Amino acid sequence: MSEFCMPSLGSDMEDGTLIEWEKQPGDTVNRGDVIAVVETQKGAIEVEVYEDGVLEKVLVNLGDKLPVGTPLAIIGDGSGSSSMSRNAVSEPLAQTISSNKDSNKSIDIDSVSIADAVAIADTGEKNQPVTATVAQNRVRATPAAKKLALDSNIDLVSLSGSGPDSAIVLDDVKSAIRTSVSGESVPLRESSSESGNAPDVSKSEVATKRTAMDGMRAAIAAAMSRSKREIPHFYLSHTVQLDKLMAFVSEKNAQRIPEHRLAYGALYIKAVALAVSKYPEFNGHYKEEKYIASKAIHIGMAINIRGGGLVAPAIHHCDSLGIDDTMEKLKDLVARVRNGRFKAAEISDPTLTISSLGDRGVDSLYGVIFPPQVAIIGIGTPGSTVQIVDGSIEPIHTVTITLAADHRVCDGHRGSLFLRDIGRYLNEPDKLQ
Amino acid sequence: MSENVQSIAVESLRHIAPDINIDDVDPKMDLRDAFDIDSMDFLNLVSRLAKELELEIPEKDYPDMVQSLDALVNYLKHRTA
Repeated sequence: MSEFCMPSLGSDMEDGTLIEWEKQPGDTVNRGDVIAVVETQKGAIEVEVYEDGVLEKVLVNLGDKLPVGTPLAIIGDGSGSSSMSRNAVSEPLAQTISSNKDSNKSIDIDSVSIADAVAIADTGEKNQPVTATVAQNRVRATPAAKKLALDSNIDLVSLSGSGPDSAIVLDDVKSAIRTSVSGESVPLRESSSESGNAPDVSKSEVATKRTAMDGMRAAIAAAMSRSKREIPHFYLSHTVQLDKLMAFVSEKNAQRIPEHRLAYGALYIKAVALAVSKYPEFNGHYKEEKYIASKAIHIGMAINIRGGGLVAPAIHHCDSLGIDDTMEKLKDLVARVRNGRFKAAEISDPTLTISSLGDRGVDSLYGVIFPPQVAIIGIGTPGSTVQIVDGSIEPIHTVTITLAADHRVCDGHRGSLFLRDIGRYLNEPDKLQ
Repeated sequence: MSENVQSIAVESLRHIAPDINIDDVDPKMDLRDAFDIDSMDFLNLVSRLAKELELEIPEKDYPDMVQSLDALVNYLKHRTA
């Protein structure tokens, strides 16, 4: 039996508000399942459970604002669940908290500053004026749902709740907003018509949007300031020929429907993951004056958020994923980031980050390391140039890749070998599959 | 059909770039700049258009499509004609 506790989703997080249970008492849970949704000042974050078992008892109420480390639920092993559950209940809660405060077994609470860069990305769809507000307080609803309803001028009385005891949860309000503004500014809605009237952008909408952006800006500012204050960066740059990779991608994609096509981002992730396995000094975390290399390779991918800001959540175990799986995971991650909701583990545990400018940028990007990581790979916009072969020139495509790394952990020599190996993998695309 | 193509193109762009008001877009401007879409967004756009219009859209046609909103609509009209 263990406790599922309020996770720390960033070094500056002191508390969070439990806004949804994704599992109910009696449900079986498996490692990696999303068990709850926690709202922080930076957005709604899905929290995963880190063991297999049964959700035996919920210890707190929805809507409670709770300090990091507070036990939220009891996870049992299923077999002796009822007796353990009874034991847990018979203990005074305060005692349970104090005895388990330091041993958060059920959730990884590594605090990592990239978590600071989380924000709700879909504020645009949340604030459309709809109807007048009536008696919001008499309805059972989560605080996040109430706030969104209030901001959006939605009448909670008119909604039916899908949460426990029919409480109205955030998703209920969101779907009400989607229904009422169909066709306007609503991503991922399949059948919206074009005829919806564009609601005026009210002052409150602008204000809410600005608040969300300010939160994200502040989070990025904190993480990046800490990085530049604490990490002695060194920078290396390497220009790599891209023609073989381009031919590889074109050939693959020619035989595929758009949904199954590859994007360069997936191949960059794969090349970096394969290369870094030989350079552990770039894949890990620097904490408390000590560098700890990570065995697992979880590549964080910097993803731009429409309207400003970015987050860099991880794709896990990139070294053991095939290229198609990498692409699927990347697409899924981008879609969820743009919807403003992703998993706690994804933001808290990247071991190395890639930031790629895509096809509309400039030649090169020199990244700022996300602490406590120790390196970031920058990938510029591919371009064309000429090279001299046997005295004559030929046109080629190139991309410039850069490395920013932590000089406390390693030196430029190893960095240059690492960067060169990434380039080598990009020129041997068959190895990236 | 051609008006339908136009509205499907606009609607698909709305899903990809919900914050952009289509009335503010210069229809001759580079599509990626006008809607601030990256390669992943564009792939999603192509996937959606291919499904909605039941078209095969090969990757080699992308350069024709990204030139502008007008170019995209013209391309789709031509392909569905």
